[in-house]
Formats: sequence, C-alpha cells, structure tokens
Amino acid sequence: MQNPYMPYPVRIDEIITETEDRNLKTFKFVFLNPGDEDKFSYRAGQFAELSVTGKGEIPIGIASSPTEKGFVKFTVNKVGLVSSYLHSMKVGEIMGIRGPLGNSYPWDTLEGKNVVIIGGGFAFTTLRSSIVSMLDPANRKKFKDINVIYGARTPGMLLYRDELATWERRDDIKMHITVDAANDPDWKYNVGFVPAITEKKAPKADADTYAIICGPPVMIKFTQPVLDKLGYGHDHIIMSLENRMKCGIGMCGRCNIGKEFVCKDGPVFTLAQLNATPREY
Amino acid sequence: MKVMKIDKNDWAGGIGKIQSSYRLYGPVKGDAFHDFKALEKGELPDLNFLNTRISPKSVVYPQSEIMFEYSLDEKNPDHHIMKDAAKDYSPKAILGIRPCDAASFLLVKRNFDTTEYKDPYWIRSYEATTFIGYACNNPCSTCFCTTAGSGPFNEDGLDILLTDAGDCWYAKAITEKGEKLLNAAGWNTIAAGGSLKKIASLKKEAEAKISSLVSTDQLNNKKTTELYEAPFWEDVSFACINCGTCTFLCPTCWCFDIQDENSGCSGVRMKNWDSCMFPLFTIHGTGHNPRGTKLHRVRQRFMHKLKYYVDKYENGIQCVGCGRCIRSCPVNIDIRRVCDMMNSYDPEACACPVK
Repeated sequence: MQNPYMPYPVRIDEIITETEDRNLKTFKFVFLNPGDEDKFSYRAGQFAELSVTGKGEIPIGIASSPTEKGFVKFTVNKVGLVSSYLHSMKVGEIMGIRGPLGNSYPWDTLEGKNVVIIGGGFAFTTLRSSIVSMLDPANRKKFKDINVIYGARTPGMLLYRDELATWERRDDIKMHITVDAANDPDWKYNVGFVPAITEKKAPKADADTYAIICGPPVMIKFTQPVLDKLGYGHDHIIMSLENRMKCGIGMCGRCNIGKEFVCKDGPVFTLAQLNATPREY
Repeated sequence: MKVMKIDKNDWAGGIGKIQSSYRLYGPVKGDAFHDFKALEKGELPDLNFLNTRISPKSVVYPQSEIMFEYSLDEKNPDHHIMKDAAKDYSPKAILGIRPCDAASFLLVKRNFDTTEYKDPYWIRSYEATTFIGYACNNPCSTCFCTTAGSGPFNEDGLDILLTDAGDCWYAKAITEKGEKLLNAAGWNTIAAGGSLKKIASLKKEAEAKISSLVSTDQLNNKKTTELYEAPFWEDVSFACINCGTCTFLCPTCWCFDIQDENSGCSGVRMKNWDSCMFPLFTIHGTGHNPRGTKLHRVRQRFMHKLKYYVDKYENGIQCVGCGRCIRSCPVNIDIRRVCDMMNSYDPEACACPVK
C-alpha cells in the first residue's frame, strides 16, 4: 500500500526573489532519489504539499511546467509558519514535496480552443506552468489563440518578469501586462486594473474560447461581470481555488465546498460547477 | 452462520484465551462513565452499560498517531528525511462494541479507503481488528439507529454478535474472522435449535423500544445551495458554543490535522483528530476564513453528515443514530430535529402560515 502522506525528499537547488517587496520567492527543487521525478509526473494546474521537516506542510501550486525536466519550481508567498521558515532556508537544504495533488486545468477540453489567461498578483504560478507548457514546440499547435492578461500592483510586483518580456516579443501569444500604477517612467505596458484591461483586450466569447482566471478574490469579483458582459458562458470560465488544506487527498475534511474537496476534486472548477456549491472559499 | 452458546461460567476463561492471540479492547467503567480501553491480562470487560460516553473509534483511529519520525541533526546522514514510525498491526479485537458503532466504521471506511488514495494507518488498523458486537436489549431514549441505517441487533461491520440471553450468551459468528476468534476463545458449543428464534424475538423487542426516529428520504432530492441558504441555520446554531464535543464523541467524525512536533534535534509528524467546530480548522494564512462564524461551522457539521455525504456516496447519511451528540451537547442541539428540518425543507413555503 503506497503511503500518500510520505513526501519525496528534495534539495533546494536555487532560490530567486521575485518581487520588490521580497515576499515572494521561487524555490527550485531537485529530487534526492532520481526515480522520484518520474513518480512526480504532473499536469499544469496541479499543486503539491511542500514539507518543511519540523515545521509542517503547505499546499502550493506547481509553477514549473511538465515540459521542464530535472527540477520542479514553486513560488511561495511569505505568510505563515511554514512559508516564513521556508523563506529563511538556503540552497542545499533538504526538505520534502508530496504530490502531485488535485486535478489540473482541463487540458483535454482546451485542446483546439482559444485560451484566455487572466491572472492577478501572485496567483500566476500555475498560469506560468500552463503558458510554458502551451508554448512548448510540441504543444503550441494544439491550441488556437492564446491571450494573457496579467496584472500586479506595480511593475516590481510582477512575477517572472524576464519570461514576461520574452513572451511579449513572441507572435504566437498575445500578452496584456498591466499594473495598478506605474512609478517607472519607462513603463511601456498597460496601466489599469485587471477587469478594465480584460474588458478592452479579451477576445469576444464563442464556443471555442475558454477563460482561465486565477487571482485575489477582489479581482475575481470584478472580472466575472466583465466576462459575463463579453458573453462567456459559465462552463467556459475556469477557476482555480485555494482553501486551507492538510492532507491534500480528500480525507482530512477541511477544504470542502459542499461535497467537493478543493484538494482532490479541484482545485480547478468551472464557474458553472461553483454556482452549484456553497461559496466557502 | 453458526450460533454458539457460551455458558456464563466459561466467559472469563474464554476472554483469557482470546488475550493470548489478540490485543483485546473492551468497555471499562471509569468514575461515572464507561469507555473502551485496552484490557490488561486477566481484566474483564464490564458489559453492564448502555453505551460508552466516547465512541470506540480510537481503537482503530487513535486521537493522536505518529506517522513519521525525523532527525534535524545535520550530522545524521538522513537528516530532514521522513522515516516510517514503527507500527503494531498484530491482531486486535474489540469486545462489547454496540452494533451502531460497528456500522460507523463502514461509513468512515469510504473516506479513508478510496480508489485514488488509501490511508494506510486507518486501513491496516481496521483490517487487524475483529469486531465482537454486543446486541442492545435495552436501547437508550436517544437512540435512533433503526432509521439511521443501523439497529440494536444490526450485523453490518461485525464479525460476531453477542446476545445476552439471560442465563447464557449467544455468539453468532458473522464472518470467518469471527469464527476464528470463537475458536481461539474455545467457545465452541453449538447452541440448540431455538437460539436463532430467541435472538430474533429479543431483536424484535429491542427494535420496538426505539421510539425516536428520523426521516432521511428527501435529503438527496434537496438542492445543496437551497439547504445551505435555509433560514433555520440561524436558529439551529444560536446556542452552539463550538465546544466540539459532538465531533469528538461521534463515531463517524473523522476529520484530522497533521502537525510536526520537535523535541531537541528530532521530531515526529502526526495525525491528530480535528473538528469542523473550530475556527482554526479552515482559516487561511491571510486571515480570511471561509467558515468564519459559528453558523458556518454548525451548518458544515450537519450539511456534511446529512447532505454532502448522502450525495457523495449515495448510501445514506453519515450517522448511525448512536445519540451521543444529543446526550452530551451542553446546549441541547439535537441532530434528529435538524435532520427533520432539512428533510422537510421547502424553500417555496412561507416561513409563517398564511391565513
């Protein structure tokens, strides 16, 4: 019987401070046992429990893409006991990861479709995984137009800035980067909140166009009416939820919204599914 | 299956024999209440009880259980790597468990033994256990097992059913596991032909004594969001103090937490019972709490047992009708009343009668 609570041991290979407030760091992990990387086979949109020995576990979306081999990456906001301790850890230290957990974005449904990615703040991690995966030469032809609307408070709060710049220069993905306010006179992208930019830049709805939204509650609250106005059906709006979790496998009982467990039946749901459940997230 | 007759004089001897090949658990009287305990060699279970105050779930699923051990000492080559803690899954038996409590393990099994994931601690412990049930000749006034998928002589989840027939015990072997234990005890006198008839009549008598009932037939047809928004939750939760007694005593409550506990340069990762009654159960790192009020939490408890579970497994409610939460609630919240409110809820109906 495989023990779903046992983490794979990993070593911290690289730590990147992502944002100007230094509250977001990306951790690159390498598996100590080479066979474990194959067992940790994942799809974009899944998450894992990062296990900091002696402190506990935290559920974090996988930021690396299944197309990137030899490591896994997670971007972690400094919030509580485990994430704060993790932020103080150094390259070379040993910890664990447990997963992959949860469903993923519905890649079978999205194949052959237009994809509109709408992200805000630090909820861009599994969206990065998705973009890198879709842009991989082996995958790009599986999708039609890809639009990305991504906003942060300031330019210095955007995640993965080098990659955003690289994607800006490509012609097979339309990037709409925005900030609430720019203090940088050389800022050459959009200024405005994500809902407003969505209204201006998102393609019109049709049966072949799906929107993936991931961001803080306030962004979701004001973006959803915009998508309604653009005509997106609720089964064409895909969302990834967060809730407090422990087990990650649908057993410990805390992350449910109605009969669905966010950890096992989610974290990805369509808005149509969410409309039928209590909004306990 | 066979029914054995156990002479009351052979009782203590048989128990001693069981203890040579099983770790035996049974009801023991404390200051005021009975509870299940591991019996010492030669210690007899005290079957002079209606039911224990706390359910016997901890025999399979301890309140606190170590999963892994680790070292934080960098001189240790395996430092910071989780290692399986030593476990004892040798045969154990629980004697005197009431049929409702035995049935509860089958409900909980659906959570821990799934097609995608298996909780090895719960499953191995459950599989190592032989369940020796004790039929209820005299149910309590708070028992509603007969309408909650169980009953005073219900055999689901049991390996043996013991019936007190006055001058002797009848032991009905229900599974092979049960027969094995009866052999180990040396209880191998086959009861006379009338024993099944006698058990059936005691069963009928006991069932007739259960006067408290719930209706659950409409729960599946109700819309989740409508039940969730029903106005009665305000009233149901008003007196609740979120003490968590109901979830702690409940045989079918399984929620847990995972914690690391360090001592010097080593530590353990463990599973501990947790409760949906506590705000910390669901609070986010940001301080946001999706179940931030006691109304949310009381509603979660009842919706989980009587709606989400019903919809998820399509196999009845997550309750066996033992009545412990009713007996021990300090503010008299009664699951039977809530169940009936949910089962009969009609969002179209006016809250007050129109004259």
